[in-house]
Amino acid sequence: MAAGAVGGSSASSTYREARGWLLLPAWSVLLFFSLAPVIMMLVYSFLTKEHRGGVIWEFSLAAYDQFFLDRGLFGDEPPRIQWTYIAIFWRSIWQAGAATLMSLAVGFPTAYFIATRPAKARPLWVFLITIPYWVNLLIRTVSMKFLLREQGPLNDFLLWTGAIDSPLQIVNTNLAVQLGLFYSYLPFMVLPIYAAVERYDFALSEAAADLYASKWTTLRRILLPAVKPGVVAGCILVFVPSLGSFLAPDLLGGARNFMIGSLIEEQFKGNAGNWPFGAAASMILLTLVLLLLLAFARQQARAERRS
Amino acid sequence: MARRSDLRAIPGFRALTLLCLFVLYAPLIVVTIYSFNASASITSWEGLSLRWYWDVFTGPESGKFKTAAANSFLIAISAATISTTIATLAATGMIRTGRFRARSLSFGLISLPLMVPEIVTAVATLIFFNAIALERGLLSILIAHVVFCIPFAYLPISARMQGIGPAYEEAALDLYATKRQTFTRILLPLMAPGIVSGYLLAFIVSLDDFIITNFVKGAGVETLPTAIFGAVKRGIQPNIMAISTLLLGLSILLVTLSWLVSKSDTTK
Repeated sequence: MAAGAVGGSSASSTYREARGWLLLPAWSVLLFFSLAPVIMMLVYSFLTKEHRGGVIWEFSLAAYDQFFLDRGLFGDEPPRIQWTYIAIFWRSIWQAGAATLMSLAVGFPTAYFIATRPAKARPLWVFLITIPYWVNLLIRTVSMKFLLREQGPLNDFLLWTGAIDSPLQIVNTNLAVQLGLFYSYLPFMVLPIYAAVERYDFALSEAAADLYASKWTTLRRILLPAVKPGVVAGCILVFVPSLGSFLAPDLLGGARNFMIGSLIEEQFKGNAGNWPFGAAASMILLTLVLLLLLAFARQQARAERRS
Repeated sequence: MARRSDLRAIPGFRALTLLCLFVLYAPLIVVTIYSFNASASITSWEGLSLRWYWDVFTGPESGKFKTAAANSFLIAISAATISTTIATLAATGMIRTGRFRARSLSFGLISLPLMVPEIVTAVATLIFFNAIALERGLLSILIAHVVFCIPFAYLPISARMQGIGPAYEEAALDLYATKRQTFTRILLPLMAPGIVSGYLLAFIVSLDDFIITNFVKGAGVETLPTAIFGAVKRGIQPNIMAISTLLLGLSILLVTLSWLVSKSDTTK
């Protein structure tokens, strides 16, 4: 048949008549249990809170008001900007950004090294990088805490080598959270960069070298622009889950290193028990993430057009 | 010429790759080693022992862990089965029915659970279950798991399907097989490695989930990750390290299986 020969397998239309039935289960499950919940969350963020969790079905802007505005202890002062929650968001952005940079510093060389191995050896390297991702995130975070803790193996080792005189206090600092996030999402940085470098045609750098470009110039002007979409994808894939993460700040950060994830969790599981506020904070986080993904999609589309 | 291959080998990158692997594996290896520690304290090493594994299965907390493990496996098997079925049908609908307008929209919907931050999904699902008055328990956990397992099952399945040319099915149809026979006797067997790989990934993702489960589970219902989290909140105990080692060993085993299966390509 011509369709298969011309358009490759993606143009196959063997089951055209059954399309609706084939897609119906996925559509109904995802519309009902993935999209509808997000819409319901938006609705709940505009409702009135019930004191021990749950909502009263009455329209209210209180959640967003509480997030952005400070009206004093009794709510009768002229509103000023409430910095508490903005600061928590800002700290989350900062922590996620630091973790992203750390992942990039280690992930880029790793991806590059793997992509320049012989073609047969690459899948095994990639597999070695992905294995830890499939291990329970909770267990990985607990392992990190075990390793970093004051009387943990890392401090024991450093004391033994004489590099330090007294144990380092790493757990319950910003650094511990950054290390935890870095460790959680490092494979996400490696994979897209690897894909980009693997596609890169090294004949281009050879051509540049033949035209007397220095190694550094070739790297900066030829290779980096070619692999930039992969780098951006890797940064997004690390930054986005880091931003809303709960386990790393909760287990490694302690009370002073509160991030968005903990703020939201506390509204539903903890003592705060303010569902509309939790829904509003989730909506703000979701909006931030979707804006980022939108910018990313446009950047990728631009890169696609250029090549 | 040496200069030509210059950019392929950048000095120091091999060392950084080894550092990367070290960072990824060191915490897991350390916990595995300490899970065999004979000591009741997690700080001192007193020699090798299976004491804490024994404790996991027969100790005072073993009942709690067994119930949690049973829940976890029940949910993981059901969620993986349902989501793999849905994903297989969806992949056929996406890749074997020609071009259609809602295709990118469908793909967006399938990958939606991957784009929304986990904590947001957790909140949204809890709120939704509350709004439709669904009681929180095993069923609510299962529904939530099916949703986020779908994209994980879909990706290897659709990748596999894209790699199978339409010729086999066309041959079957030319030989007067019905569409249904072509689907069940030709496409599905060819798809088997992709389906197994997708099933195993969905199983692992369900078994490992903590955040969403923690939100949608009812009081008193525990899965392994929520039971472990509860225990860790009171401090890391040696039996937790043993149970963590078992769980991480299982994940590594399954993902290795999934990798081997998807690598074995019978059509080439």
